[in-house]
Amino acid sequence: MKILYFAWLRERVGCGEEDVALPEGVATVGQLVTWLRGRSPGHEAAFSQGRLVRCAVNQDFATPDAPVTDHDEIAFFPPVTGG
Amino acid sequence: MVRVVVQSADFDIGAEMAALTSGRADIGGIGSFIGTVRDTAHGARIVSMTLEHYPGMTERAMTQIAEAAVVRFNLLGCTLIHRVGPLPPGENIVLVLAAAPHRQAALEGAAFLIDWLKTKAPFWKKERFVDGSEAWVDAREEDDLAATRWGVL
Repeated sequence: MKILYFAWLRERVGCGEEDVALPEGVATVGQLVTWLRGRSPGHEAAFSQGRLVRCAVNQDFATPDAPVTDHDEIAFFPPVTGG
Repeated sequence: MVRVVVQSADFDIGAEMAALTSGRADIGGIGSFIGTVRDTAHGARIVSMTLEHYPGMTERAMTQIAEAAVVRFNLLGCTLIHRVGPLPPGENIVLVLAAAPHRQAALEGAAFLIDWLKTKAPFWKKERFVDGSEAWVDAREEDDLAATRWGVL
């Protein structure tokens, strides 16, 4: 799966995009976040303010209980501030 | 009928108005909103604002917002242009145009479009201050409230 990070999540993780194989036991966005937090101190820092992290699966907003598969594009970002 | 653009270059408001109304006489009013870069944030002067976005999802979300506005307010057409990249104070950021047979739909359509754009389109602003420091702009609760007054999209 392709994982994208934007704004301060990108800065904390240290990259804007990474490809990962769907980890065993991960079936939802929430489970994916828990797994990603263990990948590096940067990931942990990015997701430590969980209340401020938004997610999109295949470019649609998604909630922590949304399902994820190995073919998905999953993006994590802060609340939007355009306009 | 719906024109959605994400670009780094400035937009020409006159040209966009002309494109929206070209060849038709059924439009009675055009509601507009132009967002620009303010030179201060929290009392401190800024030297630039940088707009980041999620290519692909941005255009998709903006198109969904625009199509919802057309249905909801019976718009005859609408234009949404959002700039990205570094922008100094005074520059244009966003253009919203909503064309309708009568003024109420045109004005409400434009208000709806900018309220939803601010809460549903994946853009993020980073401000750079005169001392060289930078900070991501926090989402404002007022923006969420402004969007919720229109109900669920």
